[in-house]
Amino acid sequence: MAQMTDTAGPVMTTADGTPLKQALARATRRSKIRAFLLVAPLLLFILVTFIIPIFDMLSRSVSNPEVQEAIPETAALLADWDGQGLPSEDVFASMAKELSKKENRREIGRMAARLNFEDSGFRSLLNKTQRRIDRVKEGPYKDALIAIDKDWGETRVWKIIQLMSPPTTLSYYLNALDRTYDQDGNVVMQPDWKQIYVQLFLKTIYVSLGVTVACLILAYPISYLLATLPPSRGNLLLILVLLPFWTSLLVRTTSWIVLLQTNGVINDTLVWLGVISDENRITMIYNMTGTVIAMTHILMPFMVLPLYSVMKTISPSYLRAARSLGANPLVAFVRVYMPQTVPGVGAGSILVFILAIGYYITPALVGGQDGQLISNFIAYHMQKSLNWGLAAALGTILLAGVLAMYWLYDRIVGIDNMKLG
Amino acid sequence: MADNKTPFVQFSEVQKTYDGEILVVKDLNLDIEAGEFVTMLGPSGSGKTTCLMMLAGFETPTEGRIMLGNRELNNVPPHKRGIGMVFQNYALFPHMTVAENLAFPLEVRKLSKSEIEGKVQRALDMVELTSFGGRRPGQLSGGQQQRVALARALVFEPDLVLMDEPLGALDKNLREQMQYEIKHIHEKLGMTVVYVTHDQSEALTMSDRIAVFNDGRIQQLAPPADLYERPENAFVAQFIGENNRLLGTVEEDDGRNCAVRVDGRMIRAVSVNHAGRGSPTTLSLRPERVTLNPEDGSLPNIFDAKVEELIYLGDHIRARVSTCGDDEFIVKVPNAHGHQTLAEGAEVRVGWAMEDCRALDA
Ligand SMILES: Nc1ncnc2c1ncn2[C@@H]1O[C@H](COP(=O)(O)OP(=O)(O)OP(=O)(O)O)[C@@H](O)[C@H]1O
Ligand SMILES: [Mg+2]
Repeated sequence: MAQMTDTAGPVMTTADGTPLKQALARATRRSKIRAFLLVAPLLLFILVTFIIPIFDMLSRSVSNPEVQEAIPETAALLADWDGQGLPSEDVFASMAKELSKKENRREIGRMAARLNFEDSGFRSLLNKTQRRIDRVKEGPYKDALIAIDKDWGETRVWKIIQLMSPPTTLSYYLNALDRTYDQDGNVVMQPDWKQIYVQLFLKTIYVSLGVTVACLILAYPISYLLATLPPSRGNLLLILVLLPFWTSLLVRTTSWIVLLQTNGVINDTLVWLGVISDENRITMIYNMTGTVIAMTHILMPFMVLPLYSVMKTISPSYLRAARSLGANPLVAFVRVYMPQTVPGVGAGSILVFILAIGYYITPALVGGQDGQLISNFIAYHMQKSLNWGLAAALGTILLAGVLAMYWLYDRIVGIDNMKLG
Repeated sequence: MADNKTPFVQFSEVQKTYDGEILVVKDLNLDIEAGEFVTMLGPSGSGKTTCLMMLAGFETPTEGRIMLGNRELNNVPPHKRGIGMVFQNYALFPHMTVAENLAFPLEVRKLSKSEIEGKVQRALDMVELTSFGGRRPGQLSGGQQQRVALARALVFEPDLVLMDEPLGALDKNLREQMQYEIKHIHEKLGMTVVYVTHDQSEALTMSDRIAVFNDGRIQQLAPPADLYERPENAFVAQFIGENNRLLGTVEEDDGRNCAVRVDGRMIRAVSVNHAGRGSPTTLSLRPERVTLNPEDGSLPNIFDAKVEELIYLGDHIRARVSTCGDDEFIVKVPNAHGHQTLAEGAEVRVGWAMEDCRALDA
């Protein structure tokens, strides 16, 4: 009698009695190790340059150590404050003491910058206080601080410090979504003039969708032509399509400036042809139009390649079969050819959309005021305002959006159906 | 075919060139009767597919006309020709189920839903795939896909069906089975079939008539038996079945029979296709028509031969002998009761009747 096993049945063995599964595992182990060694360098590279930075960004978007590091004792005392009126004399005393510590200068500077993101009065308040704190020799500290700057007598100021005391915060995300904490720690909308990011996210999505659709419409016929042409001529055309890849991104973008600007080639030609008058030259650059035109051009190859590689595999006999079955050319194309290109359309669209949604250099160069996208603001916060937390939060939201797109695509079309080459 | 009623399909003086330099099809004339099963047989590159594509409308003839019924086809687009077609790689639409594939030609003809359902079901029954309607082509075996392709080409009841090497991708057993199925469906439905293959046994099994193609021309158009028994030129004799070729010169010719000098010997043969006395000719002789060690005087052609090689094939033995200056001369010795035992190197005599030896073009 064979023993009952999980697989309900006798275990298959090789001639010398080892179970088949074990023998198979042993036989494939070598090739698995080999495969791992082959990918290991790339894996390491990706880990260092991609995965770790992403986690760094995620942690930066919630990390909030500045207040803790600069005034640990005050922060601890403030935690117990009920938020009514002003904090107790102890809190003022501890604040005065910690602000006067010379070795804390750098941390206090960082805290000032951090708090300034929440309310733009903080940097000057803290700087002023730090400069004058040495004159305060003894209490009551409450009056002394308020004497240095009357802002210390405002509940709001202390509330903000209290809110920013914990080592982690969601305030960057709130900011990124045009929201903020009010005095009582409730989430409220930013004042109107500060609401920009939600609008910007939406604009970025619309622009990316627009660019994707434009790329698709322009790339589909080209790819079809490339795929159906005899290989010799098809390859030549494909090289022409890929030519932009060989030219620097900056060169391509600036050449659009030459073409599109008010005194550029296109406007000059139109004026010369008499289509428009000299005064009514069309503004096609340093605005959204410029951004869309240049991005469509630059991202086009990413649409053409997946489409081409899918169309290449579709045998012309399908179209012939459809025609022989009585379908006119249009019906044959729509009902037989196009459904088979869906994997390419999906792959190309998702590629272009994801690239577009994070595109930076082109909008920066040709976008002008209103052609800026979310990544330009991320760059701004990285380089100019140095609000890395907000930049990280914006970046994380962007990443989540892209992943959501990916998930949606998988649900609707299926990732397995995607074909990049 | 000296009929005076108009043929169903008619190629007249059709020529085709793809590049303007080489004629792929040279002066093609072919009449096909309604209900006939005609096979185009020929070596690779002989222009069979090209002819079929011109008939289907995917290639245009460079010269000449193609008629279908009373219609001149030259300017009719493929989808208006109403010709069913089975492709070599089946060309089943991969994104549609089997039933949707079959419904496609009916939908584009705007038939009603219920009509479509009925016809699709009948077509599936016909190819014995009744319960496979919901599957995708990718989930079918090669033979099943083949049947679906066949059903799809027939479901809209075309009068003419074209098949371009439809069985090329199947293994031998399945191919033979499908040959009979296609033949039976043809007998049952009575449509006209133009079939392309380069497998001669397939052509011989299935066809009413076979057009042997070579070099862009039809070499001979005849029923299978005629083609085998009475080849009209050396190419056909060589291409269909096994054949012994002897090259010689015509010495005497009375119009029906002739005497041909081959390697110093005189062979008596039927005059079929040679240019008369003094001209070179190819004698064609089937291996199974050669008698081993015949009685003296029983046959007009009897010669000495030497056995070079013997191959045992069960039902018969193939003997390669050298005779009349040809050491590739094949004799099929039936493995009958009391057949002669042969040994390699043995001296034997071979003989054949005059009618079995045909003097063709050189
Ligand atoms: N689209 C084309 N362009 C140029 N030449 C072609 C084209 N199609 C076929 N040919 C040439 O025409 C000749 C006949 O081709 P065809 O396909 O008709 O041969 P076939 O008899 O069907 O051969 P096979 O048995 O290999 O299918 C070949 O020499 C081929 O190279
Ligand atoms: Mg062919």
